[in-house]
Amino acid sequence: MTETSASPRPTTLAQKIIARASARDHVTPGEIVTARVDLAMIHDSGGPRRVEPILQDLGVGLFDASKVVLISDHFVPGDTDEGARILELTRQWAKERKVAFHDGEGICHVVLPERGHLLPGMLVVGGDSHSPTGGAFGAYMFGVGATEMAGVLATGEIWLKVPETILLEWRGQLSAGVTAKDMMLALCGRLGMDGGKYQAVEYAGEAITALSMQERMTLSNMAAELGGQAGLIAPDATTAAFLEKAGANMGARASWSGLATDAGAPVQEHHVFDASALAPQVAAPHSPANSAPVTEAPETPVDVAYIGACTGAKYEDLRNAADILRGRRLGKGVELLVAPASKRDQDRAAADGIMAVFEAAGARILPNACGICAGYGADRLGEDVTCISSTARNFKGRMGAASSKVWLGSPLTVAASAIAGKIADPRDFLPDEGERS
Amino acid sequence: MSGRIILVGDDIDTDQLAPGAYMKGGIEALAAHCLEGVRPGFAQEVTPGDVLVAGRNFGVGSSREQAAEALKHLGLAGVVALSFAGIFYRNAINLGLPVLTAPDLSAVTDGAAARLDVAAARLELASDGAAIALDPLPDNLQVLLADGGLVPHLKKRFAKERNKEQGQCAEHRP
Ligand code: SF4
Repeated sequence: MTETSASPRPTTLAQKIIARASARDHVTPGEIVTARVDLAMIHDSGGPRRVEPILQDLGVGLFDASKVVLISDHFVPGDTDEGARILELTRQWAKERKVAFHDGEGICHVVLPERGHLLPGMLVVGGDSHSPTGGAFGAYMFGVGATEMAGVLATGEIWLKVPETILLEWRGQLSAGVTAKDMMLALCGRLGMDGGKYQAVEYAGEAITALSMQERMTLSNMAAELGGQAGLIAPDATTAAFLEKAGANMGARASWSGLATDAGAPVQEHHVFDASALAPQVAAPHSPANSAPVTEAPETPVDVAYIGACTGAKYEDLRNAADILRGRRLGKGVELLVAPASKRDQDRAAADGIMAVFEAAGARILPNACGICAGYGADRLGEDVTCISSTARNFKGRMGAASSKVWLGSPLTVAASAIAGKIADPRDFLPDEGERS
Repeated sequence: MSGRIILVGDDIDTDQLAPGAYMKGGIEALAAHCLEGVRPGFAQEVTPGDVLVAGRNFGVGSSREQAAEALKHLGLAGVVALSFAGIFYRNAINLGLPVLTAPDLSAVTDGAAARLDVAAARLELASDGAAIALDPLPDNLQVLLADGGLVPHLKKRFAKERNKEQGQCAEHRP
């Protein structure tokens, strides 16, 4: 009997990355493997202050300091005693442990790729639940808690159950005023917050190929809200162009070829959606799965409009919101808070006149940090406040008082609602072609 | 029977398990407010050996492991649910809190006497031997739980590695 070794069996993107990281020719969904970690990302909240005591307890150092990136974002700007103390500890640790450190430069999930740390095909572990964001770059990136992160930092290894792939295919093209955030809210509503079953969610189809990197990051980011372990998108020319600009090591480019799910690979579920038919979505309190087209939302006055977070305040999010706000004023009694996701994105937005649009409209600009998305800072939502937010999750009490109510929408929907003083459809405020930034 | 069932519903999130407002107070203070939003008085009600039984997607939300730590601190024997959110599940195992799934938990009633047998993957419901079969844990997770979680497990591993190195040195000594 001869085995014909003509073509290798078709595999998913997730299988390819995990097989390489675990030094195997092939891995099968469901089996448990131990993988080598290419990169570990930690932040000020779950990072040094939590992992260092465990490393001390274990009596070991870092497996490889050059594969660890530390980013401060949760406690920035350190305006409380506790926050300042945690930031100090974080800075000290970065120096002692000699790891790459981005301090006050923005939110971890945005800074990591922006500074060229991520590459397609990597296996990356992040100390934060929105770590699937890295999947937008074709890296298998997932979140873990502090104890598991300490284990990774000590050994450079992590166990994985090889995931099934849940393929979410988007055909057609998004219409004006509809974004990746709307796709995700619609998916949370359709599939539920456990629809990802802690497997590998993969986004594909012509509507995905047409998206910019920052929009793809929004999709992968909210794979967390779908309950997926990772949120993958196969790397392409758009990925390469972004990474090149970010100064990533493009020498590895050759190894990206074939980094995609093969035709005929075993996918557990395959859902097809029509991007052209999608309307802007909002999610009612207190779950991202409570989503519906904005046209069906009940008349809801808002007190606070928040454009912030890794999910909804990147350069393109800011640009899209500014297109709605340009030349307009905030609705009566509405407060608009804008916390650009990274310093670099804010600088770019300033250079393009986008920050000036927010200021002219009467917005208050907050630090490049997690801020009230993490429930931190003086701007936490007060009792009974209703907020429309560009963030990823609206669990009860997350952004402030338990009585506060958070609606989720795209940055455009947040901007439109800030003008209208109530939840509004951004398509009623879209600028003419020539007026866009 | 060493404990009782405490029954909760679907989609219990990490903000319910470890409320953000009490995150600064240490595990004692945090555990005292665990689940108070969905079940007032939960922390006071738990006695060691009780089993928390939940519906789908238990532990959805953030990666904060205090969510699992609070439950362990209260002395729960473990959590049995229809499904778990992935990061919570890993955190629980890493901290030594047994978490097991079962395809059907409709026979479970709140307050019933119960005992969780992790090794046999059974939830014993009454002294007459009635039990619910749980999905068995993979071998690597059983090892982690048996060692008491990831940190004790790694300590064991590092100690073994160090012993081996020393052993080799001794052998090669002239
Ligand atoms: S901005 Fe919000 S979602 Fe993003 S990392 Fe910070 S707390 Fe998490």
